[in-house]
Amino acid sequence: MKQFIAFVHKEFYHIFRDNRTLLVILGMPVVEILLFGFAINMEVQDIRVAVYDPTPDTFTNGIAERIQQNAYFNYLGKVYSMEEMGELMRKGKLDLAVVFQQNFQEDLVHSGDAAVQLLSNSSDPNRGSIAVTYATAIIAGYQREQTGLMQMPFQILTENRMIYNPLMKSSYMFVPGIMGLVLMIICTIMTSVSIVREKERGTMEVLLASPLKQGTMIFAKTIPYMVISFIDFIIILLLSYFVLDVPVNGNLLLFFLIAIIYIALTLSYGLTVSTLVDKQVNAVIVSAITAMVPVLMLSGMIFPIDNMPMVLQALSTIVPARWFIEAVRKVMIQGQGLMMVWKEILILIGMILFLLVVTIINTKKRLE
Amino acid sequence: MKKVIKISNLTKKFGNFTAVDHISFDVEEGEIFGFLGANGAGKTTAMQMLCGISMPTAGEGTVAGYDIIKENELIKRNIGYMSQKFSLYEDLKVWENIRLFGGIYGLTDKVISTKTDELLKRLDFKDERNTLVKYLPLGWKQKLAFSVAIFHKPKIVFMDEPTGGVDPAMRRQFWEMIYEAADQGITVFVTTHYMDEAEYCNRVSIMVDGRIDALDTPAKLRGHFNAGSMDEVFRQLARKAKRGD
Repeated sequence: MKQFIAFVHKEFYHIFRDNRTLLVILGMPVVEILLFGFAINMEVQDIRVAVYDPTPDTFTNGIAERIQQNAYFNYLGKVYSMEEMGELMRKGKLDLAVVFQQNFQEDLVHSGDAAVQLLSNSSDPNRGSIAVTYATAIIAGYQREQTGLMQMPFQILTENRMIYNPLMKSSYMFVPGIMGLVLMIICTIMTSVSIVREKERGTMEVLLASPLKQGTMIFAKTIPYMVISFIDFIIILLLSYFVLDVPVNGNLLLFFLIAIIYIALTLSYGLTVSTLVDKQVNAVIVSAITAMVPVLMLSGMIFPIDNMPMVLQALSTIVPARWFIEAVRKVMIQGQGLMMVWKEILILIGMILFLLVVTIINTKKRLE
Repeated sequence: MKKVIKISNLTKKFGNFTAVDHISFDVEEGEIFGFLGANGAGKTTAMQMLCGISMPTAGEGTVAGYDIIKENELIKRNIGYMSQKFSLYEDLKVWENIRLFGGIYGLTDKVISTKTDELLKRLDFKDERNTLVKYLPLGWKQKLAFSVAIFHKPKIVFMDEPTGGVDPAMRRQFWEMIYEAADQGITVFVTTHYMDEAEYCNRVSIMVDGRIDALDTPAKLRGHFNAGSMDEVFRQLARKAKRGD
């Protein structure tokens, strides 16, 4: 126990004396949250919209007004011919055209339905489809209001509801991803580097020749990084909650449990990497490539897993962050309980065991 | 005299390569034993087996009275080790390094703090107590590393080229410390490149291609090889080496 405490002390000194690393460790979650939260904003805003309405009436004016008031739209005004509309679109001055049919109100009242065309500039498909979605939602909302007021049997053309993220906020998607990314980077790189550094500098030999048990040493090494990772996790959580307004709907204890399991997993991965390489540079490269790229590409943080080809979907199942991010989304955003995430938790624990076995086998080989 | 190291037919193979080839020797208590050999002769591997870091492929022996195969954890408690590279933590202060290794060898805080004061006084390091080790000059670092290696009063201290890169004056001072330790009954097992240092040893073994080709006092070796200095003895033996650098 004395050995253990002496060693944990030493590890904390290493971290606190290395200001640059400390800055990276504590600054990274803040930068990433702000970067993903604000700079890389996947929300579509400032959609330039124009309306063509050959026969204005209460209904068409009502809808146009709603669009005009909506914060996501930049209402350019009415145009008076389809040619004019086409011209604007071609010049790239327009993202969305709202085109009402003739005699909109009349048709609606008499036959029960009327049509409105939504033409989006989908040269940016993402922006285009989201613009349409917004507009559809506004129109549907207006219809619902009118139906309620006038007791008229209107036909509801569209029903859009974005569950859990009614405002389509991308931060809901990024926050669990950033947690997965930051923890993976910090834990894996830091632990692997801290062990490999001892090999490179020759202190490892001295430790091996001392009565210090390897298990004690490795456990003592992981403690400070565990503490720091948890601090990072809390930083991300607080920033997300207070700055990005991401809700924490689920059980906080369950959430922490998942985080601790994931941190243990990333630390184990760092240990595994440290048994494979002998140079600090290599430790950084191996950790960065194997920990960062899969998290960015295959975890569902940015690209939805369901949209991937089967091969990549299969590959994503071995990316720890995928399961962590899924569990965090369920617990944090959706407010689900243990019953819904036990599968993810078991997979993460299974991965920890696997990595520890690999680490032990590698270490044994080395000593023989 | 009691023998603190007894080795017979110690062998280490890495695949087809025999790094250490059936070496046998004894080291007596309080002796300064020089373990010489060209680069790649197998010195470090042999030493690692003695320290319980590496498992022998064949052979047997005892170090500090414990079996090198079955009781390597007990060996570790009774030896000190100083590696080729500087083996203290540069980003820890002088006293923190001492406390860390004291703690690793299971000394109590009280013992550590009294012995630390003693040590710093003896080395004339009192003002450097709170200095980060990286700011110490190299010679001082080596002295400190040696003091830390024998801080827990081991029966034997193993040193792998401890004076590499240190200037001659500092090397002299360092050897004075080694003599002091030997006077206190600590057996010193040291590898070196410097042949003048070989002359300081009580006995010297010379490894060539994994074997021990010569083992005796420096004076007898010079006589046997009809050489004027250990340097000449070493060169005569090293010429036979087939392994290159």
